[in-house]
Order: sequence, then C-alpha cells, then structure tokens
Amino acid sequence: MEARGEREDAILSVRNLNKVYGEPEHVAQAIRLIEQGASKEEVRATTGAVVGVRDVSFDVYRGEFFVIMGLSGSGKSTLARCLIRLVEPTTGAILIDGEDIARADQKSLREVRRTKLAMVFQHYGLLPHKTVYENVEYGLRTRGVKEEERREAALAAIERVGLAGWEESRPGSLSGGMQQRVGLARALAHNPSILLMDEPFSGLDPLIRRDMQDEFAALRAEEAITTIFVTHDLDEALKLGDRIAIMRDGEIIQIATPAELVTNPADDYVARFVEGASPARYMTAAQLMEHEIPTIPLGASITEATEYFNDRNVSAAFVVNDQNQLAGVLTWWAVAKRSGGTVADHLAPAATTSPTTRLEDIVPLAVESDHPVAVVGEDNQLIGAVRRLDLLQTLAQELEDDGLNGRGEELSSNGYAPTADQSELEAQINRTAIGD
Amino acid sequence: MVSEPLRDTSESGSIELVERIRSIPWLVWVVAGFGLVWVSTRLSGEIQFPSEVLGISTTIPLADWTNSAISWMTTEFDAIFDAITRFILRRILVPTEKFLIGIPWQVFLAVVGVLGWFSTRSKLTTLTLVLLMAMIGSFGYWELAMITLAIIIAAVFLSLLIGLPLGILAAQSQRFDAVLRPILDGMQTMPAFVYLLPAMFFFGLGKVPAVIATIVYAVPPLIRLTTLGIKGVSPAAIEAAESYGATRWQILRDVEMPLALPAIMAGINQTTMMALAMVVIAALVGAGGLGLEVLLALNRLDTGRGATAGLSIVALAIIIDRITQGFARRYEESIK
Repeated sequence: MEARGEREDAILSVRNLNKVYGEPEHVAQAIRLIEQGASKEEVRATTGAVVGVRDVSFDVYRGEFFVIMGLSGSGKSTLARCLIRLVEPTTGAILIDGEDIARADQKSLREVRRTKLAMVFQHYGLLPHKTVYENVEYGLRTRGVKEEERREAALAAIERVGLAGWEESRPGSLSGGMQQRVGLARALAHNPSILLMDEPFSGLDPLIRRDMQDEFAALRAEEAITTIFVTHDLDEALKLGDRIAIMRDGEIIQIATPAELVTNPADDYVARFVEGASPARYMTAAQLMEHEIPTIPLGASITEATEYFNDRNVSAAFVVNDQNQLAGVLTWWAVAKRSGGTVADHLAPAATTSPTTRLEDIVPLAVESDHPVAVVGEDNQLIGAVRRLDLLQTLAQELEDDGLNGRGEELSSNGYAPTADQSELEAQINRTAIGD
Repeated sequence: MVSEPLRDTSESGSIELVERIRSIPWLVWVVAGFGLVWVSTRLSGEIQFPSEVLGISTTIPLADWTNSAISWMTTEFDAIFDAITRFILRRILVPTEKFLIGIPWQVFLAVVGVLGWFSTRSKLTTLTLVLLMAMIGSFGYWELAMITLAIIIAAVFLSLLIGLPLGILAAQSQRFDAVLRPILDGMQTMPAFVYLLPAMFFFGLGKVPAVIATIVYAVPPLIRLTTLGIKGVSPAAIEAAESYGATRWQILRDVEMPLALPAIMAGINQTTMMALAMVVIAALVGAGGLGLEVLLALNRLDTGRGATAGLSIVALAIIIDRITQGFARRYEESIK
C-alpha cells in the first residue's frame, strides 16, 4: 500500500481486509499465508482456498468519488459487497465514523445499512411487484420513516433522476436505463453517508451508459455525495473518479488520481491498463487552467475598462465583484465608443465550468464561446480559465500519442502545428481573447 | 494449446482405469451375494418369509401398537379433540354453509360471473362458468353443492393456516424440509380410508372428520409449492432489501411472500382440486353434500344419478379452478 499522510476527513477506512472462500480450516491457513505475504495463486496452490480480497486497506474521504476498478475476477465486486456485508469479510476492519462494520452484530449492522450506506446494483435489484414509487421509498420504509416524510424524500429523488411521471409504473415495464434510475433514486432517497455503486452502468448500452454517467456527474456536482463506484471500464473510471483504486487478484495495486494513474503507473500492469487513455477523459479543468487571468472589477467605469483593454492589448476580460465572484465577461467591442455607466451594464454571460470537469466536456463550451472558459469554484469564485489553445494542444498531443506521428510531422512541416515559435502562434489564435 | 489435449487424454485414461478396477469388486459382490442366497435356500429348503429366526419372532406388532395408541389418545385427549371439533363445526363449517345456502341463486350466479370476468377477462369462459353453475342447479343439486362448497372452503382455509407456516419454515431450514418431505410423501400416498378411521375416532362422525381427512390429503401441494416459491425468489431482490436494512421478517413480508405468491396460488389451486377429489370419500364419514349423492347412486346402481352428481362435482372444480388460476396468472403477469 502506498504511503500517504493521514487525513482528518476519512469517512470510511478499510484496514487489512481479507475475504477467503473455502473450508474453515483452509481459510484459517490461507489467512496465515496472506499475513506472510503469499499471493492469491500461492494460497490457492497450497490450501485450495480461493482468495476474493487480499489484504486491502484504503480510506475514502468525505465527498469523494472513489472508484474501485479492475477486470472481472479481480475482487472488486467482492470488496464492495464486503463494505455493506452482503459478503462476510473473513478478517480485517471496515470503519465508518469509527464504527467497525466488519464486527457489528446483526442489529447494529442493520442500523448502519439503514442510515449510512445505500447500494446501487448492477442488475438493479428492484422489487418487481412494487411500483417505482414504492421501490424508491422502500429503504425509508424499512427504517420506519413516517409516510409524509417518505413521500417527500421519494418524490424528490424520483424528480432528481428524471423519472417524474413514472411513479406508478412497475419496473418490469421500464427499460434498463430507467430501471437503474429507479435503483439510483432509491439510494438517493435513503440519503446515505456513502453511496455504493456496483457496476451500475455496465448492463446498459453505450449511449444510455454515457447519458447516465453525465447525469450522475451532474447530480454529484449539485451535492457531493461520497461515492464508492465499482467498474471494469477504464474510461468510466477516469471520467468520474476523484481517485481510482486498481485491483488485481484481490489486491489493490495502486490508488491514485486519474492523471497520476496515467502519468505515473505503479507497475507494468497498471501501465498497460491505462495505455491509450485519452487526456480528454481524465484531465480536469483545474489541471489545465491558467491561474493568472485578467479581471476587471464590477464597479469599474466604461472609461476604466477601455483603458484596461488598450493598456494590455486584450479584447475581453472577466468581471468579478469584490469577493472575486464571477459576474460575467466584458468584451472590448461591447464598450467601444461608449462612455457612460459602468461595466455592469454591458456584461455578457461567461462560459463557465467547475475545476473537476473533464476536458472532453469543456471542448463544446470552448467551441461555442469567443473567450476562455472560466473555471469557478464554490460560491461562483473565479479560480482560473482554460484557454482554447491549451485545450487544442492537449488534444493534439493525444492524436500524436495515438500513432498519428507521421501526420503530425507532415503538419509541422507545413507550418500548421505548434512548433518553434509557439508564442507567436498563440498570440494569433488568441488575438481576440483574454490573455496575451 | 498442444499440451492441453494431451494431458486431457492421459487424465481420462487414468479415470477409466480407476473405474474399471472399481467395477470388478462390485460385480464380484453381486455374484457372490446371489450365490450365498442360493446356497442358503438349498440348505434350509424354506422359501417363505420366516415368522421366527433363531427363536426370535420377526413379527412387528405395529397394528396392535397403533390400535392401543389410538384408543389411548381417544380417551386421553378427548377434551382437546372435542374442542377442535366444536371450533371447526361452529366457527367455520356451520357459518360458511349457512351463508352459502342463504345467498339467492341469482346473486350467486352474478358473483360467479363477476369473478370469472375479472380473473379471466374472457366472455366465453365467464359465460361457461355461469352456465356450469346453473347446470348444477338444474340437476336439483344447488343446496348439496353449497354443502360441499362449505366443506371445501373450510378445508382449504385450514390448509392455508397449517400449510403456509410449514411451507415458509421448510424454505428457511434445510433440516426441517428434510424431515417434512417424507411425511408429505406419506400423506399424499397413504390411502385415504386408512386415516379416515382415526379421524372418526378422534372427531366423531360428520363433517369435521371429513374436513380433517381432506386436509391431510390436500395440504401437501400447498406446503411444497410455498417452499418452492420462496426458494425461487430472485436472490438479487432479497439482497437489495437486505442492503437497505430490512429485517428477516420484513424480507419475508415485503419480498419473499409477494414474489412467491404465484407459486402459493398454484398451491391453493392444487389443494382445492384435491379437496374436491375427496368429497366422495368424505361422504363415507358423513360429510353429506354431492359426495353423498354419488355414494347413494353407487348403492342403488343408479348410473344417471351418479352421472349428474359426478358432473356437478366436476363443474364445481372447473369453476373454482378457472377463477383461481385466472387471478394467479394476472398477478404473475403484473410482477414480471
């Protein structure tokens, strides 16, 4: 396990978790072997016991999107199921808010399941004889929430996943994507501290899967629910995850952010895994943005703004208030030949994105706008901007990496590719934009 | 890729060899066994089952034991049997019978029509069911049919009371299932006349022993199908309920029972049909109704009377079967 500093805000801590299948005496022997460092295959050869999860430790932090990823048979689903004790862990600790789930008795386990965890299943796990509404409120029903409260939470959750109007349908009459929305709504209505998702989108066809990923990302942007997400799909992991744990043979072999995983894989296995991953998928706005961006205070007069544009030879600037909150974008031609009033009267809405947004989702914004895409944090704080040229260069890099080197050279020999005099080219492209 | 098939043949070859070695002593044992039997027959000259071997009697006096056990129980538990008899008679049979006989025939036909329509949604089936009921009336057996129906309803109701908990228990516990299974086999294959006697001793003559004997014969499919239904519930649904903190009882009530309901309904249907098959035998201990008509026809060699009474039983069976199956199917489709 990699070394890292203890963080205060761990909501879930897993320590030395093992799951071994087999006869009791073989399992005991297997655990001893694992403690001595034996691999899954060595344990199987010696004892005949099958190792599902081998000495796994990790922390998940409040609000984090933690992805457990691996190929089939890597133990990722077993691990996720251990966390909610649908699979009984053999040894180890699972701490949620300091309470060890692995050792909880039936009663306290039920309490944890009723208040802290909610699971979304690959095969939905809906109750076919209940309506969508009844399915969504089921979790609340088990813990005896009052009818009125249940109704409010369930309807809100149904609304959030976009199933309003389907409350009285039965799951059997819905498509796979819609059934999984029901599963998701049920989990959201439960209002858990941690959302466990076991390959929730794997059973869906690619287009629906993408929609669901995007919608789920949007949902989490509204409210950062701590999520543990199991998948075998690298693109999905890179796109959604704050951190990714890669599993093989029941072990976690690396835990890292998507970008770290690609640029600094722990071993050949991970390297081969992430080979060919598109930067558009895993790189975020925060990684690419410029921090030093020209801004004009909201209270500035038109004359001041015009002077600002002329002094810096730029044609647009973000306008912020005194708390550095983004108000909009001001262009040179909006204020040209005017003199009265303040900049507030001539603002245009700025293209904005969040720091964790992936590049592929910024591209459409960049195409639509005539200025860099503003990166805003909480409370609309302006923290940076992604310039279109940077975006282009990163994506061009990917094309080269994809074995289009020949074409890249051809382009550069024609003088179109960003080569020697980059700043000049940049200046040309960004002539009408903020920056230099 | 090349070594795989090679190893396969060597492995299957060794297995074949092991099997051949195993098969030799087995055959030797059989031949030797038959030889021994032949020699002993020759030596003793006896071919009939002996009443004693080496001075010890081989007779198991089960018949005597049973008789003394039954008479002991009849006297010892008289009060309990009496209470059961009174309960079944006064609380279930008599009110049901009075109620059924009290319904005007037009209302009864209308009820059959409405149930038929809502369960099958077929005009032809509904019409057929109503006409079948009217046929029973035209034979002059309306009241007898109501008496029989009352016994069936009482037997099925009590079967549910007994069968559902047993079926649920058997689904939870492998061991309980293993004990219950041979008992159910016995109940289904034991000739009904055999337990009709003790039923008479315990519960006297009349409708109550008839209901008890009917339950013994008719309850096994309900128990079996309840167990089967609950065991067949998708583990994914149970797991989901479990993950949301449902208790064992909540899972049974909210997930297992509703999803096992189609199987349980099939069990109820089976139980009802088997109860109808018992009406003639039940008439032997004084159940009355259509069964008695068949018995009387048999005594008087009146084929015509037997045919009309028999057809009435069949008509009753078809009406109940189509309606219960219709509802079962509609429910099953709704949860798919």
